Amino acid sequence: MNKPAMPNSFRTGPDEQGMFGIFGGRFVAETLMPLILDLEEQWNKAKTDPEFKAELQNLSTHYAGRPSKLYFAEGLTKHLGGAKVYFKREDLNHTGSHKINNCLGQILLAKRMGKKRIIAETGAGQHGVASATVAARFGYPCVVYMGATDVARQSPNVFRMKLLGAEVRPVTAGHGTLKDAMNEALRDWVTNVEDTYYLIGTAAGPHPYPELVRDFQSVIGTEARAQILEQEGRLPDVIIAAVGGGSNAIGLFHPFLDDKDVRIIGIEAGGRGLDGVEHCASMSAGKPGVLHGNRTYLLQNSDGQILDGHSISAGLDYPGVGPEHSWLRDSGRVQYEPILDDEALEAFQLTTRVEGIIPALESAHAIAHAMKIVPKMDKDQIVIVNLSGRGDKDVHTVANMLGMEI
Amino acid sequence: MTARIDRRMAKLKAEGRPALVTYFMGGDPDYDTALAIMKALPGAGSDIIELGMPFSDPMADGPAIQAAGLRALKGGQTLAKTLKMASDFRAGDDETPIVLMGYYNPIYIYGVDRFLADAKASGIDGLIVVDLPPEMDEELCIPALKAGVNFIRLATPTTDDKRLPKVLENTSGFVYYVSMTGITGSALADTTKVSAAVTRIKSHTALPVCVGFGVKTAEQARVIGASADGVVVGTAIVNAIANVLGPKGEMTADPAEAVATLVSGLAQGVRSARLAAAE
Repeated sequence: MNKPAMPNSFRTGPDEQGMFGIFGGRFVAETLMPLILDLEEQWNKAKTDPEFKAELQNLSTHYAGRPSKLYFAEGLTKHLGGAKVYFKREDLNHTGSHKINNCLGQILLAKRMGKKRIIAETGAGQHGVASATVAARFGYPCVVYMGATDVARQSPNVFRMKLLGAEVRPVTAGHGTLKDAMNEALRDWVTNVEDTYYLIGTAAGPHPYPELVRDFQSVIGTEARAQILEQEGRLPDVIIAAVGGGSNAIGLFHPFLDDKDVRIIGIEAGGRGLDGVEHCASMSAGKPGVLHGNRTYLLQNSDGQILDGHSISAGLDYPGVGPEHSWLRDSGRVQYEPILDDEALEAFQLTTRVEGIIPALESAHAIAHAMKIVPKMDKDQIVIVNLSGRGDKDVHTVANMLGMEI
Repeated sequence: MTARIDRRMAKLKAEGRPALVTYFMGGDPDYDTALAIMKALPGAGSDIIELGMPFSDPMADGPAIQAAGLRALKGGQTLAKTLKMASDFRAGDDETPIVLMGYYNPIYIYGVDRFLADAKASGIDGLIVVDLPPEMDEELCIPALKAGVNFIRLATPTTDDKRLPKVLENTSGFVYYVSMTGITGSALADTTKVSAAVTRIKSHTALPVCVGFGVKTAEQARVIGASADGVVVGTAIVNAIANVLGPKGEMTADPAEAVATLVSGLAQGVRSARLAAAE
């Protein structure tokens, strides 16, 4: 693929058509198009409205617990014996992951638009829990679509959603993972378009979702940038985040995109290796295509049929990725690397033992990459890893992998 | 522009009846059976054939068409084979219009220019691509019009008067009115509202308006056909195929015959539409 010319800034996208270069767009059924245009209009008004900002800020502070800490991971740093490792502690947010940042923003949009019902898709259940949480807080009925495989492997989150009053609808199509949940959520949306707000959990889907999810998640990078300047007096050398759809990653990356000395690395799910089909590394092993409203890198066969993929981590088990990541990949600004299931599992255990923090399996992928590069770096260098969520939800999966009974 | 759709619509208008547009999934349950179904359609009373291109993730389709697509993919169907199916059909029928219907990704991966050249050579007259709204016209719609293939747009209950001109702008062949906000195979919407919507669209365009989504019986075809220029039936046909497949996909009766029986009944409904309306 030809590399596009280097832009003056990497932070200006998308264009008016919702494109990041050739990626993004609005590939949806006509039924949804008027609604998406309305969402875009409401979003454009909201983002410059001081009242909207103030309400979101208030909720972020007092309800979600922001700002999240930037924590010097001394145990892991000592263990690895190289650069200093910092964790951006999104696991400490209310509901246990970065997903709440986006859900608070979008529920306020839903309110502005006068919608009566919330639907969401979820993989690991973190977004489902965050959606059910804000729906409970603002008094909306909420339906969460979740692949049947994920319902089984993320049962603690399923129960949390039910406690919060949401209806969890298992989806049995395909492998019963995030892709299938998203298809079903789109079918619900197209059917109930008049009164329903679709609260997309990742920085993907038709424009303006990739942009608005990114903007709501960019609080991660904005805080991290200010925090590292305060704590270390300089910018980091490397920042790392795991990429499924890519919302925690784009949230961390975006405020750093024009800091050209900061190396940015996104970690894809390498599953059981890139040789076969049991992985979700769409940017490392896929090619551009159109799915779920946007053009982006996808795992697909030569006939354009989408593959199911595999990851130990339900949150990364998606054959596509947000369109801005695809553009950042092709432009060369961000480097994307795969991490295998086994490597993530090792990082999960190590972090638990040397830091006393149980990371989500998604975040463990990012930590696993830090474990590879940090020992080769100088002691005065700095790496920030996005600890996007806590791992309580994953203990059953990990116990299974390790052959232990709970 | 291929003239088959225009010719067929003009002929039906002269006869004073709406078109029966039949959808089935290319390659369901296998290539040869699907080709036999396709060949049986015109004789049973189908005026225009919508040939479904299977896709792994059909986000606007209900369970019946999802399952049909999966059967076809399992049977080895590809976009290239769907084009070949049209071409095989054309060898024996040069008049019945064929419209390809599906999702964009397989076409994008095949390559838009190559696809349009091969579609034209295979005797394809029009395209319905669910996930390409007017905002994405540069992708396929404009190239298709340049290549002389009709691009048939979907209009829906959410397409208001302000938006209709944009939807109609690059549409040719006919306009496909989706009778409801929903997925294929849902229950039919209030027919009074549907006919009001058809009238509304007709006030914006001279193109024929065909109505689909939710039409399953001859009676429904008759009622919808009273105001529309065409009636599209899809899920009912796909179900007729599914009904003669056993649990392991084995055929318990001839799918082409099952489809022909259903379509003959629907054709009766469509043919009596205007008589009923005139009463």
